[in-house]
Amino acid sequence: MPLIHRKKPTEKPSSPPSEEVVVPDEDSQKKPHESSKSHHKKSNGGGKWSCIDSCCWFIGCVCVTWWFLLFLYNAMPASFPQYVTERITGPLPDPPGVKLKKEGLKAKHPVVFIPGIVTGGLELWEGKQCADGLFRKRLWGGTFGEVYKRPLCWVEHMSLDNVTGLDPAGIRVRAVSGLVAADYFAPGYFVWAVLIANLAHIGYEEKNMYMAAYDWRLSFQNTEVRDQTLSRMKSNIELMVSTNGGKKAVIVPHSMGVLYFLHFMKWVEAPAPMGGGGGPDWCAKYIKAVMNIGGPFLGVPKAVAGLFSAEAKDVAVARAIAPGFLDTDIFRLQTLQHVMRMTRTWDSTMSMLPKGGDTIWGGLDWSPEKGHTCCGKKQKSNETCGEVGENGVSKTKPVNYGRIISFGKEVAEAAPSEINNIDFRGAVKGQSIPNHTCRDVWTEYHDMGIAGIKAIAEYKVYTADEAIDLLHYVAPKMMARGSAHFSYGIADDLDDPKYQQPKYWSNPLETKLPNAPEMEIYSLYGVGIPTERAYVYKLNQSPDSCIPFQIFTSAQEEDEDSCLKAGVYNVDGDETVPVLSAGFMCAKAWRGKTRFNPSGIKTYIREYNHSPPANLLEGRGTQSGAHVDIMGNFALIEDIMRVAAGGNGSDIGHDQVHSGIFEWSERIDLKL
Amino acid sequence: MDCKRKKKERIKERRRWIVTVYFDLNEFSGYHFEVYTCSINCCNLIYRPLCWLEHLSLDSETGLDPPGIRVRAVPGLVAADHFAPCYFAWAVLIENLAKIGYEGKNLHMASYDWRLSFHNTEVRDQSLSRLKSKIELMYATNGYKKVVVVPHSMGAIYFLHFLKWVETPLHDGGGGGGPGWCAKHIKAVVNIGPAFLGVPKAVSNLLSAEGKDIAYARSLAPGLLDSELLKLQTLEHLMRMSHSWDSIVSLLPKGGEAIWGDLDSHAEEGHNCIYSKRKSSQLLLSNLHRQNYSVKPESWVKEPAKYGRIIAFGKRASELPSSQLSTLNIKELSRVDCTSNDSTSCGEFWSEYNEMSRESIVKVAENTAYTATTVLDLLRFIAPKMMRRAEAHFSHGIADDLDDPKYGHYKYWSNPLETKLPYAPEMEMYCLYGVGIPTERSYIYKLATSSNKCKSSIPFTIDGSVNGDDVCLKGGTRFADGDESVPVISAGYMCAKGWRGKTRFNPSGMETFVREYKHKPPGSLLESRGTESGAHVDIMGNVGLIDDVLRIAAGASGQEIGGDRIYSDVMRMSERISIKL
Repeated sequence: MPLIHRKKPTEKPSSPPSEEVVVPDEDSQKKPHESSKSHHKKSNGGGKWSCIDSCCWFIGCVCVTWWFLLFLYNAMPASFPQYVTERITGPLPDPPGVKLKKEGLKAKHPVVFIPGIVTGGLELWEGKQCADGLFRKRLWGGTFGEVYKRPLCWVEHMSLDNVTGLDPAGIRVRAVSGLVAADYFAPGYFVWAVLIANLAHIGYEEKNMYMAAYDWRLSFQNTEVRDQTLSRMKSNIELMVSTNGGKKAVIVPHSMGVLYFLHFMKWVEAPAPMGGGGGPDWCAKYIKAVMNIGGPFLGVPKAVAGLFSAEAKDVAVARAIAPGFLDTDIFRLQTLQHVMRMTRTWDSTMSMLPKGGDTIWGGLDWSPEKGHTCCGKKQKSNETCGEVGENGVSKTKPVNYGRIISFGKEVAEAAPSEINNIDFRGAVKGQSIPNHTCRDVWTEYHDMGIAGIKAIAEYKVYTADEAIDLLHYVAPKMMARGSAHFSYGIADDLDDPKYQQPKYWSNPLETKLPNAPEMEIYSLYGVGIPTERAYVYKLNQSPDSCIPFQIFTSAQEEDEDSCLKAGVYNVDGDETVPVLSAGFMCAKAWRGKTRFNPSGIKTYIREYNHSPPANLLEGRGTQSGAHVDIMGNFALIEDIMRVAAGGNGSDIGHDQVHSGIFEWSERIDLKL
Repeated sequence: MDCKRKKKERIKERRRWIVTVYFDLNEFSGYHFEVYTCSINCCNLIYRPLCWLEHLSLDSETGLDPPGIRVRAVPGLVAADHFAPCYFAWAVLIENLAKIGYEGKNLHMASYDWRLSFHNTEVRDQSLSRLKSKIELMYATNGYKKVVVVPHSMGAIYFLHFLKWVETPLHDGGGGGGPGWCAKHIKAVVNIGPAFLGVPKAVSNLLSAEGKDIAYARSLAPGLLDSELLKLQTLEHLMRMSHSWDSIVSLLPKGGEAIWGDLDSHAEEGHNCIYSKRKSSQLLLSNLHRQNYSVKPESWVKEPAKYGRIIAFGKRASELPSSQLSTLNIKELSRVDCTSNDSTSCGEFWSEYNEMSRESIVKVAENTAYTATTVLDLLRFIAPKMMRRAEAHFSHGIADDLDDPKYGHYKYWSNPLETKLPYAPEMEMYCLYGVGIPTERSYIYKLATSSNKCKSSIPFTIDGSVNGDDVCLKGGTRFADGDESVPVISAGYMCAKGWRGKTRFNPSGMETFVREYKHKPPGSLLESRGTESGAHVDIMGNVGLIDDVLRIAAGASGQEIGGDRIYSDVMRMSERISIKL
């Protein structure tokens, strides 16, 4: 054995040369037993070098090395990673904070951040026995350690009461407050941190930045009922404006925060018992600009898939890669069902359902995005792709985006006349249940029975309006709770007194903007990433599964450029929100003086073309257009900072459009 | 939980006091800071100590941010619930409040930058306006129930400042809440370990950046701290930093000789040191033995400790009758500035010692003792710039006539002896503090043997070799009863006497209660910091105190939780203090 050969006879057994140990031979590693055996035979009394010693030395060395590397890592100058990156990729552009500081910009208007769904941290204030020791630890956000350690307990605590939509008895989970609430979602995964750091460069600090964290699981009005979050926000904005010398606030909502702030603007001016009692000019007095980042004004189709079968593109792709994995019941975890049960107790998911119905999202045979071509993997070079479309040699068939859910690929492509709809709405829900193991998981599917499931599948095609009806049929309890808080229609007459109810306040098509002619509304969002728009479904044949429907992942086109990928039709957007939803209000419905915008508040559209990070070192990139990563987009940050420092829409260059949003908006026939 | 009936919002005010020792984080307490331009936390204290010091220091002229550095207090409940991992400050209290239904919406941590003078927190960060708006908001969103304010340590005087500020009209630099604001919004102020009348520790801190812990370490390993180990000059650096913080000056003893005793007499007369040591039985026994067997008869009849001499140079000066002390009038001593630059090698410290000549240092130290009044003169002499800056924000005297218009100035607002409490007869003032731990009360100093050529090193040190025969004098420090940081007299006097009944400091006669908690060290290591501790910070985990705070928050009045609860002789001490009430 090499170990022994190398050993010199003169050597003292107690102090073996370090090289033997530091670089242990493969042999001595692989065959420790042999080595020690032969060792014992040959070195009688001479050395007691045994397997255990080698192990100890080995472990010791690993520990020392580890400790040493850790020490080096900690002693490393903070600028080292950046230096390496710059050596490889060439000098990075100055972050906008540094750049604008050189230009002499100074903090002027106080800034309010409103985080979106999912990105805000939640912490435990009171829990069941299984959550002992988690007091004021983050259940949502941070490391998500608890999900792995006690998944069922976690699901139980994150769920709300499925009747009231408020806390279940004995559990209180509350939003984390302060800027820390949503600066990082998980370690290393920034949300607001980059924006905050850049604002700090030009002089912002805690006193003029405020994170309006709220419990994003609740319906918007319930955040006020339970936590007085809206009152808090009002009082904080008033405080910031008065301590900053009367300069109005710039509001920066992200994702669902956009809808939340729409709700707030209505609430704050509504009279006291139901609203904030701020009076009819509160917004004009306190708000300079609302800079919506990736706002799903008109909802997202993803929410339909999320509620219908608890899956979206991410899950669908995973299923296509490893079929059967997600469907089988590993350890009876029934992952998807649990997730579904949890998300269905959250009222807020229903705020994201597509709004405006067929008028906005398209019908059986038309959609505003008609003619959009998907460019597959070439999405980065959008120009070349656009040209192909204009020449009329588009290789792909036009996609019927209006059919948000269709059963089977053929149906999705068939002409409207060929589709035979059998109305599902009247179908009797059977009592026979395919399997009983789902009982312990609360979904409403087991009330539906085979007849109901069949009726749904036979209806074949659902447009935006019908998708809502479908959800009403599939999950009547949940939708009953949800429709008390949200509405998805279009108002005929905005002065109808019924629109003073809180449930309409977060739907831009059923409320008027406040009377604040000097205010500005921006819509900032990314484009150039395929975004879910419509789904191809199939009946779930697996007998073990409790969810009878799933995305038909094998629906594919052979063509690389197809918009259909793994059962999902994609359209332009920021990966989550389609362009139509993010841009339509600012591009058309609020442009100029319309009935939705009676005081003629100025609106601007700022699109940011997605360009993925050039290499891994750049992390999530500084030019990303993805829904969350856009918060690190330098151009977007620069725009926000200029407005915060006192600029207005024309200072930052009016509209900046890459997609076909204006063209598409024109196609929507909506009374303005 | 019987106290689950009513939810009342509460505010937490906070503070602990600051600094002494570089390795002893206890003394550092409270807060993390956020730095925008370069990241700073406790780890960085170890990795880059100089950078850390630079960022935590304030500008020596203005007492505000130095150019290019902005360090801000962390907001929210996380700001001070744990000071270091596993070292709780507010966390236990918050957790217990949560059990009876409190949560983010009715708890508020009023964090502020504790390095600044109180007035400057409003000037720079609008902390007071923020606090006012938060209290008003919580009052309104919780169904118009008044708030309970829980300040800790320096927070107590910060909140005194706030009480005065909030009712002062806007044009006088106040909050414009108008008279009656406090009566309307505040149910009770529950001061935990309040340093109302300051702490002697602040003097030693400013004079030589050390406290008993350092003096102790020095006597154990002489030379270690004095040598320029790795050229770190730890103490000097710390001193430079703490001299740039105005807030330390707010903790200097207030009320002068009337409260803290003059050269010959003091309020704690007759204080029995054995009493204060009874809990640490082990030590006590050995001390008793020493006294019984090895002590000469004279020391039994020696004069009682002279606590009034907060700083004495040499043990003799601390014990001699006052007639034999050299009568140095420090105000007349002219400060001989020497401008020699031979000390440039010592680095670019800002410490005013290097502008002082050796002669004046010696003169200051010659066989003299300083009382609470003259020690301020000493500090003014030694560090004129710092004191000039800080005394624009704080005052340490006793008012003769509280209606004198000069007391409208904000520098008097945090001194309970120079302000009136607001007119709020229904409000309650509580003083909750630990007793039974020897607490620094006065010091014996010596001239530092300046072995090194560096002139900027600190010329005075606590004489760690001075040990008394009883436990009241150890390592150059005399101890009195208290909670390890704040002596009983400072924490309890205002509630026990200064504000009791209708006095000129408390014109509306709001009720005051003194609640003392006897220190009981944790029974075993497993208990870690114990549930019956009386120590300054650990008391926040004391079950008796938490019980009281919860009951008050749930709506109980002072009588309902049992009125006064006293173990020390704070009442007797207070009687001995004669100030006009």
